[in-house]
Amino acid sequence: MRRYFGRKLLIYFITFFLAVTIDWLIPRFMPGNPVQNMLARAAVRPEAAEVMYSYYTRAFGLDVPIWQQYLNFWNALFHGDLGTSVYLFPQPVAKVLRESIPYDIFLLLPAILLSWWAGNKFGAFAARTKRLDNTLLPIGYILTATPYMWLGILLAWAFGIVLDIFPIAGAYSFSMEPHWSWLFIGDVLKHWFLPFASLFLVGFGGWAIGMRNMIIYELEADYSHYLEALGAPRRLVRKYAFRNAILPQITGLALQLGVIVAGALVTEVVFSYPGIGYLLLAAIQNQDYFLIQGCFLFIITGVLLANFLIDIAYVIVDPRVRRGMVGE
Amino acid sequence: MWSRGRSIITMLVLVLLSVGLLGALAFGQVYDRDETLYVSGAAWGPPNDWNPFITWSKANTTGTLGYVYETLFMYDPLNDAFIPFLAEKGEWITDTSYEITLRKGLTWTDGTPLTAEDVAFTMNLGNQYEALWFAPMWDYVTSVISFGDRIVRFDFTDDPLYQEFDNNLYNIPIVPKHIWESKSEEDITGGANENPVGSGAFLYETHSSDRNVWIRNDSWWGNDIFGAPPMKRIVDVRFSSNSVALGSVIKGDVDLSNNFLPGIATLAEKGYVTTYFDGAPYMLAANTAVLFLNTTKKPMDDAAFRRALAYAINVDDIVSVAYANLVAAASPTGLLPQLSKYDDQAVIDESGWTYDPAMAAQILADNGYVDLDGDGYVEAPDGSTIALEVTCPLGWTDWMESIAVISDSAKAAGINIEDVTPDYGSWNTALTTLGFDMTLNNWANLSNTPWTLYNLLFRHPIQDIMGSGNFGAYDNQELFDLVDALAAVPTTDLAGMQAVCSQIQTIMLTEVPMIPLWYNGLWAQYSEAVWTNWPTEASNDPARLPSTWHGYWQLGGLLTLLELELAE
Repeated sequence: MRRYFGRKLLIYFITFFLAVTIDWLIPRFMPGNPVQNMLARAAVRPEAAEVMYSYYTRAFGLDVPIWQQYLNFWNALFHGDLGTSVYLFPQPVAKVLRESIPYDIFLLLPAILLSWWAGNKFGAFAARTKRLDNTLLPIGYILTATPYMWLGILLAWAFGIVLDIFPIAGAYSFSMEPHWSWLFIGDVLKHWFLPFASLFLVGFGGWAIGMRNMIIYELEADYSHYLEALGAPRRLVRKYAFRNAILPQITGLALQLGVIVAGALVTEVVFSYPGIGYLLLAAIQNQDYFLIQGCFLFIITGVLLANFLIDIAYVIVDPRVRRGMVGE
Repeated sequence: MWSRGRSIITMLVLVLLSVGLLGALAFGQVYDRDETLYVSGAAWGPPNDWNPFITWSKANTTGTLGYVYETLFMYDPLNDAFIPFLAEKGEWITDTSYEITLRKGLTWTDGTPLTAEDVAFTMNLGNQYEALWFAPMWDYVTSVISFGDRIVRFDFTDDPLYQEFDNNLYNIPIVPKHIWESKSEEDITGGANENPVGSGAFLYETHSSDRNVWIRNDSWWGNDIFGAPPMKRIVDVRFSSNSVALGSVIKGDVDLSNNFLPGIATLAEKGYVTTYFDGAPYMLAANTAVLFLNTTKKPMDDAAFRRALAYAINVDDIVSVAYANLVAAASPTGLLPQLSKYDDQAVIDESGWTYDPAMAAQILADNGYVDLDGDGYVEAPDGSTIALEVTCPLGWTDWMESIAVISDSAKAAGINIEDVTPDYGSWNTALTTLGFDMTLNNWANLSNTPWTLYNLLFRHPIQDIMGSGNFGAYDNQELFDLVDALAAVPTTDLAGMQAVCSQIQTIMLTEVPMIPLWYNGLWAQYSEAVWTNWPTEASNDPARLPSTWHGYWQLGGLLTLLELELAE
């Protein structure tokens, strides 16, 4: 078991290193010059513009050779310093992220887990149940094919503007200061619901369809037919089928994480939800190297961590993996 | 396994509930609707700093200069008048000496008196630190000295740039010496300046990534002079997209929205919102959208071609299709309606242009631009193919539609121009490094002088990086000299300014170095549900601007808020 996780950890570290390197490299390949873009709107006389340009280039550490910048980047990273944002100058990137990331986790974690759990339950339940198969699953297909943004806009329009039961912007009312009270917690949940729902619904549709197909496949397997022939009750057969069918769904979850995070970023923009979604978009448009790096660092760490947890979960739920490790 | 999961969830809920119960006892801060003004439309990112000297990020904390820090004067662009603000009066004692008298009883919000020493200190920062935006003023200012508590004297070299100086008088924020004198250069030019101490009508209260909250300064020096603000708080909201902003305006969650909202004309007609004008263009003009042409590149280096292009662009379609009549077509001189007294109508009548494809075709044909290969587009006189691009940043939907119109109408006139939308960063870099054929720009805001626009259009000298003007690198020393001459005309000398402007316009309209197209609006739509007495064309006394954009507080934006009234 130690060897298994040791090897896994090594792979994760290499992935992390490569991903972060690419994350550092790609913004710098973008055409354009961030400092110049930042100063363009300052509208000062040309003489002053040159002074300001060299001053700020130095301030961002962009005046040294590129390899030096790369080494400086790792060095700073190990000291917990993510640099200063160009787009949000003079805010440090770490501070900007610290204010945004809690919202992302608050949105993503429940949406991913609940949609996975509910989708699988529903898919398993719906498989081979004629009426559900014919009615609700087509809806699942539509949901999973819906772009996050589009569903978000529809929900905002229907529940926010037409029915006017949910707010359409912000993480809490613009008339409130954060504090501990039922009123405020209710307000936060109310603002959270629509972005959550649009993430949940798209995910739910996908997992339900996946599970339904897996269950049908498992019910056709020899062991199921054998159980049926022995006269096992339908519930029991389905229970075994579910346990087998859940394994590919766990792998699927690991594979889907990146897509879900990307979807969450778009959803946040639609609902003006203050996570890193809008930040990342603006950072890319403004070629804010440091903020782009910071946002992706969070995404990379998050996805790798989640994958690692899923690896552990896999060991727990799949006896074959467990047995294989003991045999080693 | 599932039951274990369920018990964890139950635990979580229990913890949350108990925390909530404890918290319910704590004091909750909820703003009363009738004491709070909600505004939006200035910020495009989370609040990043409250340093009044970092100009390019102030949109995100709009009001830093306006609510908190204040200027010596305000300027009323609708009546072309300076309004004494911190200053009681300012006068030229000689041609090279200007004296300001401050009002009595000015105080900083920490209780310290605001004196002439603070003003002199602020001005001298520009002499000390090159990275401050008003440092170039010190090319022609020799000293700024305070006399006593209320007198500040500016001494000048022999050729002061009066136009720029006047502009600075209502744009340089005065900062408290007792706080700023101990700051390092880094902190002054680039520090975040959290918890700012100013002299203004509002204090910084709090912020989060999508809002700024300002609270009334009950001991503001201006309460007796300009009237105390009627609202206790101002919440400045940032929306991440226009559709969210539009939704919030319709719901009445926002009192004043300065977002550009396409289709607002329809909502105004139906009475959902109020705008400055009852009919088109609904909005006041804020700046001129100019089509910059890369004059270092063929065929844009040919004045005849540029002139033909000016005739070929269907500005009426931009106004009616891309903007649904929210803007008005610009004068060929590019000067805003508020500055129209500097337009020389005789020059415009003689050399101006309007949309006229026949005229465009005529000019092209006369100058050797003919369609040789029969593809419907003209070739250059030397026979080479013309294939150009017009650009604007991706996502700027109104401009994207506008350049589509430019492309269509130019093609109809036989000039092959495609519309292309790179993302903002690469557009911006291309803009400043001659990396474009033609592109839109509007970086000269409403001001007290036509020099502001000419300083954008004819920025000189020509350099490798044209960072903040004359992006097409149009090189004409005669014109540059005229712009410099205008800068040095005293702002009180109207005839002198008009004479120089006329000469500039003569060159501009014959050479067509760039093409002014339309006036971008001072986007503003207001809800009268909670707050009334918004500025409209009808109630325009005194002139106020309905804007929360950075740089507009001194142009009457603040006075607008002071004169609001609670709806019945």
